[in-house]
Amino acid sequence: MGRKLLFENVQVEGIRGYDVYRREGGYRSVEKALGEMTPDQVTDEVKKSGLRGRGGAGFPTGMKWSFIAKPEGVPRHLVCNADESEPGTFKDRYLMEFLPHLLIEGLIVSSYALGSHVTYIYVRGEYSWVIDILETAIGEAKANGWLGNNILDKGFDLEIYVHRGAGAYICGEETALLESLEGKRGLPRIKPPFPAVKGVWDRPTVVNNVETLAAVVPIILIGGEEYSKIGVGKSTGTKLISACGNINKPGVYEIDMTISVEDFVYSDEYCGGIPKGKKMKACIPGGSSVPILPANLLLKTAKGEKRLMNYESLSDGGFVKGSMLGSGGFIVLDEDQCVVKHTLTLARFYHHESCGQCSPCREGTGWMEKILRNIDTGKGKMSDIDLLWDIQRRIEGNTICPLGDAAAWPVAAAIRHFRDEFEWHVLNPEESQKRNYGLAHYADPLEPAVAAV
Amino acid sequence: MAEEKKLFKVTIDNITVEVEPGTTILNAARRIGGDVAPPAMCYYTTLKGSGGKCRTCLVEVAAGSTADPRPMPKLVASCRTNVMDGMVVKNVTSEKALDARKGIVEFLLINHPLDCPICDQAGECSLQDLSYEHGTEGTRYTFNRRVFEKHDIGPYIQLHMTRCILCYRCVYVADQLTNRREHGILDRGDHSEIATYIHKALENDFIGNVIDVCPVGALTDKTFRFKNRVWFLKPLDAHRDCPRCSGKVTLWNRGEEVFRVTARKDQWGEVKDFICNECRFEKKKTADWVIEGPTRIDRHSVISGNHYVDTVAPKETLPEVMGGRKPKLLMDINQVSEVNRKDIDLSGIQGPAHSVDFEKENS
Repeated sequence: MGRKLLFENVQVEGIRGYDVYRREGGYRSVEKALGEMTPDQVTDEVKKSGLRGRGGAGFPTGMKWSFIAKPEGVPRHLVCNADESEPGTFKDRYLMEFLPHLLIEGLIVSSYALGSHVTYIYVRGEYSWVIDILETAIGEAKANGWLGNNILDKGFDLEIYVHRGAGAYICGEETALLESLEGKRGLPRIKPPFPAVKGVWDRPTVVNNVETLAAVVPIILIGGEEYSKIGVGKSTGTKLISACGNINKPGVYEIDMTISVEDFVYSDEYCGGIPKGKKMKACIPGGSSVPILPANLLLKTAKGEKRLMNYESLSDGGFVKGSMLGSGGFIVLDEDQCVVKHTLTLARFYHHESCGQCSPCREGTGWMEKILRNIDTGKGKMSDIDLLWDIQRRIEGNTICPLGDAAAWPVAAAIRHFRDEFEWHVLNPEESQKRNYGLAHYADPLEPAVAAV
Repeated sequence: MAEEKKLFKVTIDNITVEVEPGTTILNAARRIGGDVAPPAMCYYTTLKGSGGKCRTCLVEVAAGSTADPRPMPKLVASCRTNVMDGMVVKNVTSEKALDARKGIVEFLLINHPLDCPICDQAGECSLQDLSYEHGTEGTRYTFNRRVFEKHDIGPYIQLHMTRCILCYRCVYVADQLTNRREHGILDRGDHSEIATYIHKALENDFIGNVIDVCPVGALTDKTFRFKNRVWFLKPLDAHRDCPRCSGKVTLWNRGEEVFRVTARKDQWGEVKDFICNECRFEKKKTADWVIEGPTRIDRHSVISGNHYVDTVAPKETLPEVMGGRKPKLLMDINQVSEVNRKDIDLSGIQGPAHSVDFEKENS
């Protein structure tokens, strides 16, 4: 049984409202931070905790906070990235929907640490009901003196505004988000300058994910050191995983990053196994952008060790034999799923969501989708597979923002691990329209690594 | 002086130059010139904020600076990356950069109509130059190309969105040169387009400059469309007293006839002095202008093939062979021809023939 930090009280009835949340010990971290600590001490605690950004990249949050430029007389801003649009990821929605005050509490403490007096929550427009919940919660917090001028008589002012996105995946990229927040087209900016120096309205800005900011609350309450003891290595604390796909119990789970992938998928506490006794074929462990892994490589690393649900273990083996924890969107594919069709779906998504600013991503994503559609409908050629590989290789790393990489990785990984299935589609165009390739050898035990001579 | 010390040393393709801090890698490479300068399709020195989009100028940074000699993990856009002291950059010496560039050219061309034979930009098109230098012969793209409806955007400018490579330069021109921007990018991804949203005419005093900055034939001059090939024209530097702009232009003449007027471009194809619409579209007589002399086209363009200056006409050998007698003509072309005007002796015209010499124009 893993330790719960964020979801400790999520089952308490009425926790969404202020009164219950406060009764269950809410806003204590604000009292502690504003009452006993200086902003630098808050940042130090976060640094000590080893908290890593929960949005996908896993950058250490404390370090990000310490990078923020502090020029005289220029306001600084904290922006909460709630534009959660990655296919397979829905942890932030759950958190905001059921524990809106936890996010607001985290925002108050983080804003205090960063010296932000105007803080924004950028929510994707599709979460329309979540926006209402957040605004109600902000109203309640303000009515009870947690927001506004001179909070707790400590001389700290803070206003939180909710900004509604308009439905673009790209606006989850931090600089595109800032452009969108300013009211412009959501096009990623060219870095440098980084947001910590020139962010929203050219002011120093920190952009953090919802879960990251919520995790600041337990860090302040139990102390950074205590927090860093949970988990293993550089994967400290707890992580929300949104599990979906072919599993018995899809949902959002809080894990402490010490459990193995196998336990996570098959134990009754979490996903509860694959429905109808089927076998797992493949899995995307961290949201649609990260490389897909066949079942055998998912459960065990190339070295034959058990793979754990944390940053290091999932990325063990690099992109050739590993994947990433990413944003925690855990998508499981059972033996009846078709990897080609699945890759096409992702390619279509990235084609649709490419902002069109820089040429490799604008043109390449559409091209990949068209080729994949051909293969999927039985019109593919053998050379198409190599062509796909060449296209993704030339997109990756050559674009302004990581959307190009995110579009290239799933295709690359699918070809790397499931080339047989692509070839089967090309060689059996008629049969591939009637049935799937099936499990094949993708769940076979890995051959033991050959010792280097 | 202390200022002297501030110069940054940067090595590009094993050639070292000293540049002021704040210079981009691209501009440092242009200082060296030749092949070392990466191609740029979207960057435009005079337009603030341009660059970084087309990715053709990607270069490899082998060492970040003297203080931090680690190489940069990814290729960087040289037009938007500033040099550091002791930076080592690889452009044409980097396999990785050349391979990436090849990919970019392919990406830019997969949805380009390749209608160069009927495109007015042919001969002075950056995309044409780029694909000759860095592209491959064939294409691996087997699908339908993206097409757009043509938009009418006023009396002077033709928008042919299908040819556009979305460099955003024309948007920056409208933002930074005119008093109001009336066009922009609509939509997203590969279906995004330059448009005025509701079909609207672009009629700002300086909007004609979008034609000059457009690297391809997406924005062309309506007063010049289909009139002539640029390489048949003779570019001349000329100026006039203009109350609005510098009045410094390039006239594109054939004989006395002014086919079009453009701003003067430097060797990188960039305009330094933008000109107004009156100079560009209304002054189409040689008499309106003070001609300074032929324009020097620096790059190895087809247009330079048309320079008449300092050429020596080949010696006429016929009279010599015939001992001074004139050849007896069996047929007088001027009498038989139905094309040229009877009163004009075609062989008697100095320089090239132009439209007034032909019957069709005058009958």
